[in-house]
Amino acid sequence: MPGPDKGAGRGGTLHLALEADGDGAHPAAGRIASVPPADAVGPQALHRTVAAAEAGGFALATFADGPLPPGGRWRPEAGVRAAYVSTLTDRIGLAPVLHATVTEPFHLATQLASLDHASRGRAAWVVGAANDAEAQGTVGARPLDAKALRREIADVIDVARALWDSWEDDAVIKDVATGRFLDWRKVHHVDFRGARFDVKGPLITPRPPQGQIVVLAPDHLGAGGRADIALVGQPDAEGVAAAAAVAREAGAPLVFAEVEVLLDTSVPAAERFAALDAVAPWQETGRLRHVGTAAGLRDLLGALAGSVDGVRLVPAELAVDLPVLTRQVLPALAEAGLHVPPRPGATLRETLGLPRPVSRFARAAATTS
Amino acid sequence: MTEPVPGAAVPEYDPNAQVHLGVFFTGVGSQLIWTQPDSPSHTSVDTFLAVARLLERGLFDAFFLGEGLRVREGLGRVFDLDVAGRPDAITQLSALAGATSRIGLVATQNTTYNYPADLARRLASLDLLSRGRAGWNIVTTDNAWTGANFRHGGWLEHERRYERATAFVAAAKELWSGAGSRPAGGVDCVRWVERDTDLVRLRATATVPPSPQGRPVLFQAGDSDGGRELAAAHADVVFSANTDYEKARAYAADLRSRLARYGRPAEAVRILPGAVVVVGETTREAEEKARWLREEQVSPPQAIAFLEHYWGRDLSDYDPDGPLPDVEPSDTELDPSRGTIAIENRTGKLAQIQKWRDLAAERNLSIVELVRAVSSRRPPFVGTAGQIADEWTHYVRTRAADGFNIVPHLLPSSLTDIVDKVVPELQERGAYRTAYEGTTLREHLALPPL
Repeated sequence: MPGPDKGAGRGGTLHLALEADGDGAHPAAGRIASVPPADAVGPQALHRTVAAAEAGGFALATFADGPLPPGGRWRPEAGVRAAYVSTLTDRIGLAPVLHATVTEPFHLATQLASLDHASRGRAAWVVGAANDAEAQGTVGARPLDAKALRREIADVIDVARALWDSWEDDAVIKDVATGRFLDWRKVHHVDFRGARFDVKGPLITPRPPQGQIVVLAPDHLGAGGRADIALVGQPDAEGVAAAAAVAREAGAPLVFAEVEVLLDTSVPAAERFAALDAVAPWQETGRLRHVGTAAGLRDLLGALAGSVDGVRLVPAELAVDLPVLTRQVLPALAEAGLHVPPRPGATLRETLGLPRPVSRFARAAATTS
Repeated sequence: MTEPVPGAAVPEYDPNAQVHLGVFFTGVGSQLIWTQPDSPSHTSVDTFLAVARLLERGLFDAFFLGEGLRVREGLGRVFDLDVAGRPDAITQLSALAGATSRIGLVATQNTTYNYPADLARRLASLDLLSRGRAGWNIVTTDNAWTGANFRHGGWLEHERRYERATAFVAAAKELWSGAGSRPAGGVDCVRWVERDTDLVRLRATATVPPSPQGRPVLFQAGDSDGGRELAAAHADVVFSANTDYEKARAYAADLRSRLARYGRPAEAVRILPGAVVVVGETTREAEEKARWLREEQVSPPQAIAFLEHYWGRDLSDYDPDGPLPDVEPSDTELDPSRGTIAIENRTGKLAQIQKWRDLAAERNLSIVELVRAVSSRRPPFVGTAGQIADEWTHYVRTRAADGFNIVPHLLPSSLTDIVDKVVPELQERGAYRTAYEGTTLREHLALPPL
């Protein structure tokens, strides 16, 4: 398995991720249709979206989340959503947002390792860092200052990675002759000491199939080389290229650009945009936003392929924009040699060309012996 | 046949009572035999899928996952003789929800090392996505040894663990009940739940609409007075340890009197004791299997490890088939790292060891014989499928229990024995459903609507 090409202007295929949260990124998405709430956020809608993304060839579905949904709208917890579709899919990566700030790091690491087992190696984690007073209030805490927040994010990623390594791959031996189920020399305390918490370890869950869950982090969180994929959000292609170079310099193995999309259907995109904005305005987020034709989007992505390894597409309305993506945009990219759908049964690391890391404890043992 | 339980109403006889069955899949520990050539991987999603689908075929009410938030240790290192390592329960059950359609999915989750709003949200999410099949088995943890994996360490005093649990559950229920239907304007979850005490601090709203069963079904297993009070106040199902008929009746009577004090009818709670079940074609075969099971569960290395825990020192040089160690035990109290030892049972080990020495001398027992005699009790239900069906029917008709949570010891045979042999016998007796009548866990359990 070749490693990812770290140079800018890689010229290979683009890895394609889909933001699959709820009705879509536009705040008016789903507000126009009169669907009962439990149906709109229920199992059928979730399955429909992820199955369509998988059939269309996306490598990865991400699930935005937070302890309190914006605007007081319903939103089931992202880790549960990802796990629910894990047994209904066989090739798409599943990446819930879990917040480093308002969770127990030990639970977070266990949940992601368990998602990796349930999906047979397709788990990923989008690092979240909810830090406003309302989010922190859900766990009875207060916002962190910028310095403490940066350290907290680093500590939670570091301890999760240590815990995923805490069971070596061959720790379970089932040696009937000696009655030993596991080799205790291969299940390790991690003895992590962070700025605000310590964790003893080992994880309660044996090593996940991918060894390490794929970690995605927005570049503004400052996670640097701790993540496998840096997500860069910039308003234009030049900004993306510059941010991608900075992220690579900081050690990110892969860089994905964020692209919001609202596409032409039988109704022109501009008209759809206006109709949605009349209900609730879609504020600028500082990310690339393509409102227009499928062909225009293909061209934009083709241009981005020179500077990033993948893109995360963020549709305004999933029910409307996702079919345009899977029927028009992804096939056009495939035809141009810019897109290869994942192989059934592949782990997400295999799909992304990321190596499966050896446990740090196995490495240490190999070095000392 | 039996003496009335003092202080309790004589139980009524209900000829139409139904047996409710669940499986308590601990996933770790010595009760699960892993040495057989066909023992499946205990962490593979395929194993979980196969079990859940088998239970649906057997029309079970629920599939339960256990919880333990630190891998067990002995003498300072990870304990290597038992099955260890398991997934996060809610994540695993969410994965099963997508692949099953009827079976109830119950997660054991503790109230000490979780945040109330976060756990309530994850459980409500499982409940919504499973279309009303989620349950929460409420447990407490107090020891600092487990707390070493969490932000606040061993923060909760032992005496206050049920106080915290009760406040936690009350907050979760308030969050769930705030999840009403969608009001106009698209704003769904607006009712704030606030707590600001030294035990529970939060300000949150529901984020998930109610499932078809309203909220997750609440299970409670603690047998202490605090546990029973929590069950009487909040639980829909109790998962007791009382399987002996007389103990089961006494427990049921006690719980029902507590329920009355909380103004809840007896029907508001189902009593499902946990039970190991050994089925044979004949009584004799069943007894043979039960004996084999005890020998497998307490292997010679397990027997040495059991004594090491009490002696507090390495006994690996002793012969399991020889006499008890002549070396004196350490005078430290019992180390909780082997698992769940209640605080009150951590002291007094020297007297315990003296009793074992006397017993071994009197009956001339080797180490392994002694440990088998003192550490594991005979499975409560051993017999042919017909005998077990008779017993269970008697329990439910006399209201000593409403069914059982089966603790599997061999996968999959200890469960296929129930599904393929005991269930048809129960159905013949009119004591078990022949098809799922409802779709939610609450309906399976025949609990009154909320």
